[in-house]
Amino acid sequence: MFWNLPYVAVVVLTIIALATIVLKKNLIKVFLGIIILESAVNLFLISLGYREGGIAPIYTNAPAAAMVLPTPQALTLTSIVIGVATSALLLSFAIIIWKKYGSINLDRIRRLKE
Amino acid sequence: MIPAFIVENSPALMVIVPLVAAFITPFIGRISHALRSLWVGGAMAVTSAITLILALDVYATGTRLYVFGASAASMALPPDSGGIPIRIIFAVDPMSALMLVITAISGFAIILYSLASERSYSGLESYYTLYLLMITGILGMVSTGDVFNFFVFLEILSLASAGLIAYRIDGGVAVEAALKYFVLSTIGALAILVAIGIYYGEYNALNMAMIAARMQFSLLDQVALVLIIAALAMKCGAVPMHFWTPDAYSMAPSSITALLVVASQASLYGLFRTVFTLYNLSLNAVTVGWLIIILGVLSMVVGVTMAIPQKNVKRLMAYHAVSQTGYMLLGVGVGLAVLGNQSLLDAFGYMAMEGGLFHIINHAMYKGLLFLTAGAIFLRIGTYNLNRMGGLGHSMKWTMVFFVIGALAIAGIPPFNGFASKLMIYESVFIFNPVLAVIAMVVSILTLASFVKVFHSIFMGPRLPEYAEVKEAPLPMLFGMGILAVVVILFGLFPTIVVESLITPAAHALVNQGAYISAILGGA
Repeated sequence: MFWNLPYVAVVVLTIIALATIVLKKNLIKVFLGIIILESAVNLFLISLGYREGGIAPIYTNAPAAAMVLPTPQALTLTSIVIGVATSALLLSFAIIIWKKYGSINLDRIRRLKE
Repeated sequence: MIPAFIVENSPALMVIVPLVAAFITPFIGRISHALRSLWVGGAMAVTSAITLILALDVYATGTRLYVFGASAASMALPPDSGGIPIRIIFAVDPMSALMLVITAISGFAIILYSLASERSYSGLESYYTLYLLMITGILGMVSTGDVFNFFVFLEILSLASAGLIAYRIDGGVAVEAALKYFVLSTIGALAILVAIGIYYGEYNALNMAMIAARMQFSLLDQVALVLIIAALAMKCGAVPMHFWTPDAYSMAPSSITALLVVASQASLYGLFRTVFTLYNLSLNAVTVGWLIIILGVLSMVVGVTMAIPQKNVKRLMAYHAVSQTGYMLLGVGVGLAVLGNQSLLDAFGYMAMEGGLFHIINHAMYKGLLFLTAGAIFLRIGTYNLNRMGGLGHSMKWTMVFFVIGALAIAGIPPFNGFASKLMIYESVFIFNPVLAVIAMVVSILTLASFVKVFHSIFMGPRLPEYAEVKEAPLPMLFGMGILAVVVILFGLFPTIVVESLITPAAHALVNQGAYISAILGGA
């Protein structure tokens, strides 16, 4: 049970993130929800790669213990980089919306419908 | 004739050339604008050429493997890895090659068009950079053999597309559309990433062939399947996740809208690849097949009924794009529903799938053509509102001809290509379930009605005084549209040749999961 704790955290974070995305009206808070969701997925990937007693796969002077396949860590790193690009683009959209509409409330961002 | 080096490394080159060219474009743009046009046009021409060389090679010699970081394709399974393909591979089978052909033709025609249509706008360095990145994303998505790599290219494509949808800020409205698209894409991509994590946790592999070979269809696999189908169906604009499509398609510059159509189809490819190659017979083919058929029928009906009352010509075309995506889902869904049953598959399953896949390439051509004509009209008169158009047939004769070709093709009128693929879908779906075929035909008639109305309000009638000075679209734009129009007509006149040489191998490659696995894992 104890070792499932990271997965419990993933589920809790996902629920918090989805609730934020769906319920909040402030654009920045919605973006925060997306960033929390990204963190939840990253935590999921990194927990998958955890092996008790495993060591990092560096061959120089390595002790005789089982090495961990570094793929999940590599995936998480890539995913973090993509997350940074995503956040940057989302925030730059928020800046333009604020300049043009004078508001970042989702109820006010409705000019497309008209 | 073609150097062996290029043929051998074409899978890597077709991704690297646009990627590198994209990031050099801003520097070239500092020197001179003419040089930049030459540079992006040349880069796209080279990319298209390499892509077509690769596609032809795949059709001639079979599935091509490209292993990154290894000296030969036979190193897909390194001898010391314990039978796990640890390197990233590109696996280009005839299905991928079909998508490569679409991207090569559309990408080249659209950049020719952009060179003239975007000339008067500022910030073109970023426009072309993002354009080439979109091409990179699409080409990577359709040729990769690794699920995580698929996710990375999907994100490159989403980021570049969102930037381009917002490119003409338009008082913030375009940014609003891009925001909607990008929030949905990001959440969808994260769902796909969770699915990838599930596969990795279960099978210790990211390679599609390896996952397919080990697939057990446990509860976790079902969760992953649902996540991927939901995310990719949203990305390709199927009802009920279609609401971003009309906003994004109508707000993006017309040239980008035409490329977004291709991008949606890359997502559709991902959906088919997952269902057929990763899962194939291990899933409950009837249930998932019917799920895709229902998505398809909903898209067809809702798309066309929403299109009819639209006043904005691009919004109207966007709803028709949703409706046409339904035909592809319907055709391939019928093929999936009879997957396990060889006699039914031979009787009509293959034909339905071929119709669906043929419709993908046809749709990319005629829908791209229609969006480009809308862009040409906007360039000359500055509005998309149908009520304010009229009498343009007097001054924009070529644009009118191209519009008529596109409109008749989308409505499924012979001798254009839409007729050829729709006929295959009607015939095969009728044997499977007559009601579905009748719905498909009714939707086609409504499409025709809608486009007759649009044609009438744009081109017919007396010459309007406010448009007395309107000239024909510039030559490069006509040339870009002309390429697509010629393809539309050729595919309509010689459908048998196209189906036999391009479509049938693709359909068989999708169905035959064993061949895909053994091509990569070597007979395992």
